[in-house]
Amino acid sequence: MNLSILFSEQYRKIARDGLWDNNVVLTQNLALCPLLAVTGTATNGLGMGLATMVVMVASNAAVSVSRHLIPSEIRIPIFVLLIAALVTLVDIFLNAWMHELHKVLGLFIPLIVTNCVILGRAEAFASKQPVMPSMWDGLMMGVGFTAAMVVLGAMREISSAGTLFANASVLLGESFRFLETTLIPEYKGFLLMALPPGGFIMLGFMVALKRLLDRKAAAKITEPTIIDTIVLEEGA
Amino acid sequence: MSNKPISGPHVAATRRVDQIMRLVIIALAPATACGVLLFGWPALYLLAVTVLSAMAFEGLCLKMKGVAAMPYLRDGSAIVTGLLVAMTLPPWAPWWIGVVGSALAIVLGKHVYGGLGQNLFNPAMLARVALLISFPIEMTTWANVSPLLTGPGVIDSLAITFGGLENPDAVTGATTLGWVKTEFSQNRLLPGSLIEYSGLLAFLGWERGSLGETSSVLLLAGGIWLMRQGVIKWHIPVSLLLSIFVMSAVFHTWDSQHYMGPWVHLNSGAVMLVAFFIATDYVTSPNTPLGQVIFGAGCGLLIFVIRSWGGYPEGTGFAILLMNAVTPLIDHYIRPRIYGRYRNGKPLDISNT
Repeated sequence: MNLSILFSEQYRKIARDGLWDNNVVLTQNLALCPLLAVTGTATNGLGMGLATMVVMVASNAAVSVSRHLIPSEIRIPIFVLLIAALVTLVDIFLNAWMHELHKVLGLFIPLIVTNCVILGRAEAFASKQPVMPSMWDGLMMGVGFTAAMVVLGAMREISSAGTLFANASVLLGESFRFLETTLIPEYKGFLLMALPPGGFIMLGFMVALKRLLDRKAAAKITEPTIIDTIVLEEGA
Repeated sequence: MSNKPISGPHVAATRRVDQIMRLVIIALAPATACGVLLFGWPALYLLAVTVLSAMAFEGLCLKMKGVAAMPYLRDGSAIVTGLLVAMTLPPWAPWWIGVVGSALAIVLGKHVYGGLGQNLFNPAMLARVALLISFPIEMTTWANVSPLLTGPGVIDSLAITFGGLENPDAVTGATTLGWVKTEFSQNRLLPGSLIEYSGLLAFLGWERGSLGETSSVLLLAGGIWLMRQGVIKWHIPVSLLLSIFVMSAVFHTWDSQHYMGPWVHLNSGAVMLVAFFIATDYVTSPNTPLGQVIFGAGCGLLIFVIRSWGGYPEGTGFAILLMNAVTPLIDHYIRPRIYGRYRNGKPLDISNT
């Protein structure tokens, strides 16, 4: 396969959308249920993000392959069935090979079925695009989702327990034990951050930070003209 | 943020924000002073740290927002928030509890929503509840009454506030509400567990508790003075205290072994502070008199329910936050009557006049 296609304009745009511009968590605000529930630690965020990413690539591929066969009136139930089948496979796989992580993520693996972002990408992208761009979109959306999960998990873990990537060896194997660090020894622990409200609070800060960076970037590209300024003041 | 002129008619408020805040601080001063007198220098240090850090966070947030900090800092709202946070803390809590509390109140409780007048929840109660959930040990270590002159000295107190307690068990104990709850878990019922309880001492403030919450009489006096000044109205405090009174009286008469009497309820914990100074927050309480009565009664009801059947001994913070969340709903259904119309918005029927 010719890899140079990945640098074409279309693929670059898909990547930029998934990683930053249209990030699942930070811009679309989708998939908040698993996001808030399992990001108590960076490791759990990483595990959940990777599982979702695998499902998303596979489901986008499956939907894209069968997009001409699916009657549009009943496309949503069919998408859900496809996704459910894939999630079941991931669930069984994790239970067999990463049992400890499966115990931690527990109910949230089967719940990937109802993760709106997977259905959202199937409907918005994969059902209208060829297989390769669809899989690329699933991968990029998944990477963007995983990155947001890991950052959020890390922020919550540091503030609630003072550690980073605790239990990483359970997820990634013994060779990754070096990731497990204690940043703040004898830390009292800000318990709120480990609880669901902490997830909401940290997510709010992350979304705010992203919008701030976007605004800074936009201001750099287009210096505001006099007309812009007037419109801004009118709008305010 | 618009400075566009708006056409009249305008109604001028009789007081500016800074004048209201000054009156609130004056009304809180006696109870705060009493707390400092009863719990000594550590309480004073904690108070200073909390108020100063509240002002620092206020200035920081305003700077990040890109507005001049001084006009807002001078209106005193940050001082009142810091003061209220400090008054709800255990008097010998370590300094960082005060700083984290101020940060939660000012940053998360107020400026995230857009600053003064925009917040959905009372900042001080939000901070208190978040602290209680996050640091259960520090937030439930209650110092014995150890007055300013006979308690630990100026230097020893620095060690208590900034270095942590050496031997907490020797100088701390349980509050009345906490004591009753632990006694219940040991199957000891009320007449036994309250045998040493003195209603008068609790009314005056001579008991373990939060820095500025122990003296019911001074808070009551400050609250009534605020009412006479016209800063707060009677609806919320009266309905709040009355609903606690009625609930506890009914249950106490029905089963005095398991339910504390109205006197103990009204005299314990944060009820007086909350009734007059927290629940009456303009921003987070309903606008109409009827709405305020519903709000106050709801707070009182929740306080009684959480104290009697909840997991925590004291429920005022949770009660206030829950009712804050209901406030927009109350304001949606109970609106002021429009001139010339019935309450439901239909025009007045004037056919037979």
